[in-house]
Amino acid sequence: MHRCGCVREVGVMELKGRVIKKGAAKGIALVSKTPVSFFGFVDPKTGIVTEKGHELFGQSIKGKILVFPYGKGSTVGSYSLYRMKKEGSAPIGIINSECEPIVAVGAIISDIPCVDKVDISKICSGDTVDILDGVVRVG
Amino acid sequence: MKLTKEEQDMLDGKLGEGIQKAMEILVALGEIYGARDMVPITSSQVSGVSYKNLGDAGLEFLQDWAAKGARVIVPTTLNPAGADIENWKALGISEEFAKKQKEVVDAYVSMGITPSCTCAPYMIGNAPKYGDHIAWSESSAVSYENSVMGARTNREGGPSALAAAIAGCTPRYGLHLDANRKASLVVNVECELKDHADYGALGYIIGKRAGTKVPYFYLEKNKKVLSDQLRTLGATMAAAGSVALYHVDGVTPEAKRYNMVLSYAERITVKDLKEGYDALDSDAKDIDYVAIGCPHASLDELREIAALLKGKKVKSAVWITTARKIKDNAGPLVEEIEKSGALVVADTCMIVAPIEELGYKTMATNAGKAACYAPSHCKLSTRYGPLKKCIDAAVSGRWE
Repeated sequence: MHRCGCVREVGVMELKGRVIKKGAAKGIALVSKTPVSFFGFVDPKTGIVTEKGHELFGQSIKGKILVFPYGKGSTVGSYSLYRMKKEGSAPIGIINSECEPIVAVGAIISDIPCVDKVDISKICSGDTVDILDGVVRVG
Repeated sequence: MKLTKEEQDMLDGKLGEGIQKAMEILVALGEIYGARDMVPITSSQVSGVSYKNLGDAGLEFLQDWAAKGARVIVPTTLNPAGADIENWKALGISEEFAKKQKEVVDAYVSMGITPSCTCAPYMIGNAPKYGDHIAWSESSAVSYENSVMGARTNREGGPSALAAAIAGCTPRYGLHLDANRKASLVVNVECELKDHADYGALGYIIGKRAGTKVPYFYLEKNKKVLSDQLRTLGATMAAAGSVALYHVDGVTPEAKRYNMVLSYAERITVKDLKEGYDALDSDAKDIDYVAIGCPHASLDELREIAALLKGKKVKSAVWITTARKIKDNAGPLVEEIEKSGALVVADTCMIVAPIEELGYKTMATNAGKAACYAPSHCKLSTRYGPLKKCIDAAVSGRWE
């Protein structure tokens, strides 16, 4: 069994997705099972999640590969992600099951590699994840 | 997506970084929505202008994009800003906010955009024709162009409309395609619609019901529907739901030309407007702020307001919001209105200005869209009703 308690096998796993913003990133995954709105989600200076009641509340997304099903909320969220990137508190990669325009535009304008159409249930917080264009390697 | 050689060059960065970023946005959206190719556009309307909504993040992004050489290549106009650019002091807006707001507009101007700052650009010369493909944000203007003018646009966000203006094209999906412009909800309106507020109440009811569906209206008892009333209907449907296109039997251009109803369309009847008024109105009595002009008031509306205010003095703050060009062309109407103490305000509106910093508590309006957004976006309780009642409330300070 995998260390986080899920049933997937141990070892390197390759997941193929769709490129939203091409590029390479390698880092530690932070997984949210619920949707994310970047507008009012984190403190842009620290990358710490400040949205009350969100499952990632209090954790830092800075330098992580952020994994979540899809985006929600105000279209200003694209700009909020850009602000985080400039402050150095943004995630280094984004993986979605279904990317929508707010996250897509945010990732593109912020130069953050972004992949969707990935089965995110196969990724756990703490996993080492490697993104190269549309391919995600876990473990 | 299939791209032309020129589009591919843009994507590959051969025409500069500013254009490359625009094309990356458009291609990503095209892939998400399954577009086969791009369609050239003739016009763009860009939202994301108020500093209240953009903040420093948006401002920095716009300045950086402009510095990378982003320039628009089709006629492009701007949504309302957070302040009257010339007359912000009279509205009580802080100098700090006004300064930041000016920086936002300056960034857009450096990209070649007209600093028009209105949600009704079709009234001031950005007026696409029937069948034109365009990329507009501002949901009320999207609805008006699609429905009343017969142009074709999806409900763009600020960055995607701007990207389309820079690249000169938009991905061909959604309402750019014939198949998606037909109605799947037929609405029989059995009651009479007397004024703007009635059209807004209807817009609320159908907006909630339709979501993203295309409604088709039969307004049997309302044969003489005015363009201003359609603006209110569309704006409120877009705010209460996500309606980007509707048809009115015998009135709107596509409904006049083709059968726009899908065979499997759901059919509903509206017998009265109670549900709409119940949602938009409240029981507040003291009115300290009256806001008219959402979407921005037309010359006809300014005339009607001037007539109602004649010889009166207002007790509450009154903003009549419109496009600067309409205000400039209104001649003596502006003076007639302002004699009462009301203000004719350009470039901004009650929703995108920093109203919560100005201390108002209860707003009266005849605009369904404003009544939808004011409670959450501006922390205002709202009274909703016909223009005459709003003006009476402005004079007495009470909603009777």
